[in-house]
Amino acid sequence: MNDIVEGMLSAFRLIFSLDADLFEIILLSLQVTLTAVVIASIIGMPMGAWLAVNRFRFRRLTIAILNALMGLPPVVVGLIVYIMLSRSGPFGVLNLLFTPTAMVIAQVIIITPLIASISHQAIRDLWADYHDLLISLNTTKRQRILTLIKDARRSLLTASLAGFGRAIGEVGAIMIVGGNIDHLTRVLTTAIALETGKGEFAFALALGFVLIALAIIVNLAIHSISKTERASNW
Amino acid sequence: MVDKILPLNVKNAFVKKRGKRIIGPIDVQLSTKGFTMVMGPNGSGKTTLLRLLHGLENPREGKLKWNGNIESVRLEQSFVFQTPIMLRRTAIENIIYPLKLRGIPNDIATKIANEWISKINLENSSNVNARFLSGGEKQKLAIARALTTKPQLLFLDEPTANLDGSATKEIEKLLQEAHKAGTRLIMTTHDMGQGKRLADDIIFLYRGTIHETAKAISFFKYPATQEAQAFLNGDILE
Ligand SMILES: Nc1ncnc2c1ncn2[C@@H]1O[C@H](COP(=O)(O)OP(=O)(O)O)[C@@H](O)[C@H]1O
Ligand SMILES: [Mg+2]
Repeated sequence: MNDIVEGMLSAFRLIFSLDADLFEIILLSLQVTLTAVVIASIIGMPMGAWLAVNRFRFRRLTIAILNALMGLPPVVVGLIVYIMLSRSGPFGVLNLLFTPTAMVIAQVIIITPLIASISHQAIRDLWADYHDLLISLNTTKRQRILTLIKDARRSLLTASLAGFGRAIGEVGAIMIVGGNIDHLTRVLTTAIALETGKGEFAFALALGFVLIALAIIVNLAIHSISKTERASNW
Repeated sequence: MVDKILPLNVKNAFVKKRGKRIIGPIDVQLSTKGFTMVMGPNGSGKTTLLRLLHGLENPREGKLKWNGNIESVRLEQSFVFQTPIMLRRTAIENIIYPLKLRGIPNDIATKIANEWISKINLENSSNVNARFLSGGEKQKLAIARALTTKPQLLFLDEPTANLDGSATKEIEKLLQEAHKAGTRLIMTTHDMGQGKRLADDIIFLYRGTIHETAKAISFFKYPATQEAQAFLNGDILE
């Protein structure tokens, strides 16, 4: 209990002392995660929409695999990306191991199935609603997908936020592929793991509170953006 | 190049679902002009017939032979559903949508849509999300959206079934205007009075087949079949 209070206090102290190291870590956390969310959304949303509007032979199987991939253990993803990027791996020449780029790659792999799956559900429901109209209006496949993505955008935002939530708190994969190198690949979660290992519970807790605050702030910010849109338009 | 897509010849067409016949055999010719009302008891296949003609159902047997080329056939017809399908957008954006699909530039599409908005008296709700409109407003909007591309042929599936008198009146006025402007109208209804008010001719459906086709005047006065007579009397038809 004392540790928690102590942690909160030192979290405030850290933030208000404008600790340079802390801000570097926060910034990198946001940078890596937001980049991963944007890339995963660009891949996952059209994928979910495509799965919703197309009938093909292995559709059910594909969706089942997608749902299974949502539960991919991050450590395993980290390990596989590590092997791919390591010097002897197929992408070793790119020299990406232990860089923020490697961390982004791992996070994209972890959250793309999640974003695709949530997008698929949202768009499938909207498609059931729009189906006859869009067929009647003689839309092309491309026009259908674009229309569905546009009109399901608020549910899709939820998909992105779910991806953000999973990625910002993820530690296993980015620890392996990033290496938790100070001033280079250290982010909030890996720093927390490190401080905990060292027995610096108060400091680790402080970082934890910063992490939670960050997640809440990003969620609120995005929701308020969508709310102003709703006020004018919905 | 836009062709005249009518007349349409339907020969020996069936619609089946999981092997079960829904409608058919359907043999009918739709002429280039007029207001055709498809009537018949519940479950007789009115909705399915319209969906077949519009291309929302594929005939399992038989065929539809249009006058025009495929491209014109696709572009020159619209469908208004019994329960209006609204895009989750503002009222005006619902009208703009089909215009944009056809590559009409934003400013022109907006201008055309605004004209329709005033025509259907929705000026005050133009920027309201279509989901929040009343049933009658939604259906007016759906009809405006269907007509904005100036189709040669308009299908309507019981467009006033869930509406009150004044909304029905407004919609019938819109349809009569379209009729006068030369749009070919094919509509289902179970409202006898509506049939009498609007129709030039009648297709009477019974148990999935066309039981009778006739000029409206003669259908309501001297129906040729017992079933049509019973239907007009308001008897319960199975
Ligand atoms: N997709 C479907 N699957 C099975 N039966 C259907 C389907 N669509 C319609 N039917 C059946 O076909 C019959 C005709 O339906 P419908 O065309 O909607 O009639 P109406 O519009 O005249 O009331 C009804 O008995 C209905 O239950
Ligand atoms: Mg019906």
